[in-house]
Amino acid sequence: MYLLIVFLPLIGSLSCGLFGRFLGQYGSSILSTLIVFISFILSTLAFFEIGLSNTICLLPLSDWISSGVLKINWGFLFDSLTCVMLIVVTTISTLVHMYSSKYMESDPHVPRFMSYLQIFTFFMLVLITSDNLIQLFLGWEGVGLSSYLLINFWHTRYWANQSALKALLVNRVGDFMISLGILGTFYVFRSLDFHTIFSLVPLMDFHYFNICTYKVHSLTLISLLLFLGAVGKSAQLGLHTWLPDAMEGPTPVSALIHAATMVTAGVFLLIRFSPLIEYTPPVLKLMLIFGALTAFFGSVVGVFQNDLKKIIAYSTCSQLGYMVFCCGLSNYSVGIFHLSNHAFFKALLFLCAGSIIHALNDEQDLRRMGALLKLMPLTYSMMLIGSLALAGFPFLTGFYSKDLIIELAQIVRYNENSTDIYFMAAWLGTLSVFFTAFYSFRLLYLTFLNSTESPRIIFFKVHESHWFMTIPLMILGIGSLFVGYLTKDLFVGLGTSFWGNSIYTNPLHSSFLEAEYISIHLKWLPAFFSLLGALLASYLNITLNSFYVYGSFFPNFRYLLFLLNKKWYWDYLFNKVLVRSILNFGYLVSFKTFDRGFIELVGPYGVSRNIKKNRPKSSSLQSGQITHYLFFMLVGILSISTFLLWSFNYFNVKLIISFFNFIHINLNKSL
Amino acid sequence: MISQIYCIYTTLSLFLLALLGIFLNQKNILIMLMALEIMFLAMSFNFISTSIYLDDVIGQLFALLILTVAAAESSVGLAILVVYYRIRNTITVELMNITKG
Repeated sequence: MYLLIVFLPLIGSLSCGLFGRFLGQYGSSILSTLIVFISFILSTLAFFEIGLSNTICLLPLSDWISSGVLKINWGFLFDSLTCVMLIVVTTISTLVHMYSSKYMESDPHVPRFMSYLQIFTFFMLVLITSDNLIQLFLGWEGVGLSSYLLINFWHTRYWANQSALKALLVNRVGDFMISLGILGTFYVFRSLDFHTIFSLVPLMDFHYFNICTYKVHSLTLISLLLFLGAVGKSAQLGLHTWLPDAMEGPTPVSALIHAATMVTAGVFLLIRFSPLIEYTPPVLKLMLIFGALTAFFGSVVGVFQNDLKKIIAYSTCSQLGYMVFCCGLSNYSVGIFHLSNHAFFKALLFLCAGSIIHALNDEQDLRRMGALLKLMPLTYSMMLIGSLALAGFPFLTGFYSKDLIIELAQIVRYNENSTDIYFMAAWLGTLSVFFTAFYSFRLLYLTFLNSTESPRIIFFKVHESHWFMTIPLMILGIGSLFVGYLTKDLFVGLGTSFWGNSIYTNPLHSSFLEAEYISIHLKWLPAFFSLLGALLASYLNITLNSFYVYGSFFPNFRYLLFLLNKKWYWDYLFNKVLVRSILNFGYLVSFKTFDRGFIELVGPYGVSRNIKKNRPKSSSLQSGQITHYLFFMLVGILSISTFLLWSFNYFNVKLIISFFNFIHINLNKSL
Repeated sequence: MISQIYCIYTTLSLFLLALLGIFLNQKNILIMLMALEIMFLAMSFNFISTSIYLDDVIGQLFALLILTVAAAESSVGLAILVVYYRIRNTITVELMNITKG
């Protein structure tokens, strides 16, 4: 059963990809949905067995690589962490399959699409169920590859190509780091199995790498490299630029990959390596800073984006920041709790956005929408549920995880070794709640409540989607309402035994109990901030409908808006400073100077040119005059005899004899 | 008996003279051939004097052989010269450069 969970999507993908032309459009849709649904049912059973009945399942299959001390097996580890991820991945995947069978109906390449979606699901399942780093890396690279294929699904579009390349290459930076981390892990632990690594971590706390005479704490270096890998995959500040651009793919793809599953792989890696990362406080601090900055950045940039999907993409970025943030606070169980909750409401938001885009004839710009409330009430209510859950509205899913994260951040400030970093991180996290509520309500107002800006011909055709598309919305809506409440006590309840040994928290870092007894105004603060954000967005949209126009008259405010709309100029910076200079270096130095310059000069081009240039000189030696030839002969004889005369003194004779002896001995040896 | 060293001086100077004759002569190929003959002569002298000095007959034998070879060589050389003169009507060494590289 456990293996079936993982390998069913592979079988489905192969059959849709290879025999898609026989299955046809509806056949492949139904087949793939069914297969992923079976996988979902089995994951639910696995959740019951592993999570609720507290049994861990380890399936070592066979040898993969065996070379000296390096032994890597195909092995599948199912523990509590895995089974939560299994539920998340298979649920979202099933619903997205069902959704896209109708959403992609008019597309001519449905079997290929379904095949890609399933291969993605397969690689994601390999990633979360692996019991060693190499197999995890296989899944990691596999989801990167399938994200390339899926973003580039409409491969005739220029922007889709470019975004897919960008996603792949920016992820590759993180992948490079993670492969270095794998090498370091193997060097230190001589094994890549999780159980070996994690049980040896306390022993290796005194192990140091010696890099250029500097002693580097090896665990710190390894967890730093793994964290940088997570930065790439989970779109933390610095390597986040691919995530908004990945919205060029079809909307179900965005819902599946860039909201719920693939981007959470980085967070999953951090949680999986909690026994290692707990021993490295500097990396924890770094995670805290990165997470807080990403949460703030994503929410602030989301405020003035005009693309429906890009707002949600930046929202994902921000929520991922929260997850890494609370992992940095050593509360990994809260991280995975927020991950599973976030998957539900973010997939819901994306699928609602897809529904809107579908209804408006593929219009994505917020400024050309509006007044869809009367025409799409179901989508509106689902979007409202998703937005409220995202903004941390009390008693919805988001509330239970997000407010907990902020409370934890606030309480850490009262630790005896607290620094300014914790203060900054806590307030950045709290402030981003405000912006999250603001952009969620701005999105709601501009799409559903304000007066419409869309053309008459499109507006008349707006309609609610087919039930194949609305049923996933409703299921996800129910999930967004109740999942947080239902799983709160299981995942982050006080003294819960659900996680078992899959998550390790250093008792010194634990601040779980204290967070429950935080002062009342700090507990109310996030709710107050999100209410304030929602009210401000409502106020601006109701009374100052053209606020975005008037606001631009104040010059400073206009610059601020421009900065936010241009995403803090990160893309500009990367393109102009980093990419351009590297390209220039590649063209001017390594291509023009080296490949086409130096190597050509000493290589084929230079040699042939030299021969050509010196040919008249050497051929003029043959003058045809007999006396000249005789002269050369004489000069030759004289010079040889001079050389011999010079060389045949005592020392040189000894030298020559020893040289010949050397050759002789070597020849004898080789013979 | 004449000292060995004088014999070697004589033959060496004769040989060098022939060498210079070949080199410095730019005009006439006949002089070149004659210088060549002098070279052979110097060689034969050397052989003979050495054979007398070492009291060994093999040097004289080689001198005889060289005599034969020199005679054959000069006859073939003169034959080539005659053929060349018939074609080009000149025996100037300077003008013999039609096979340039």
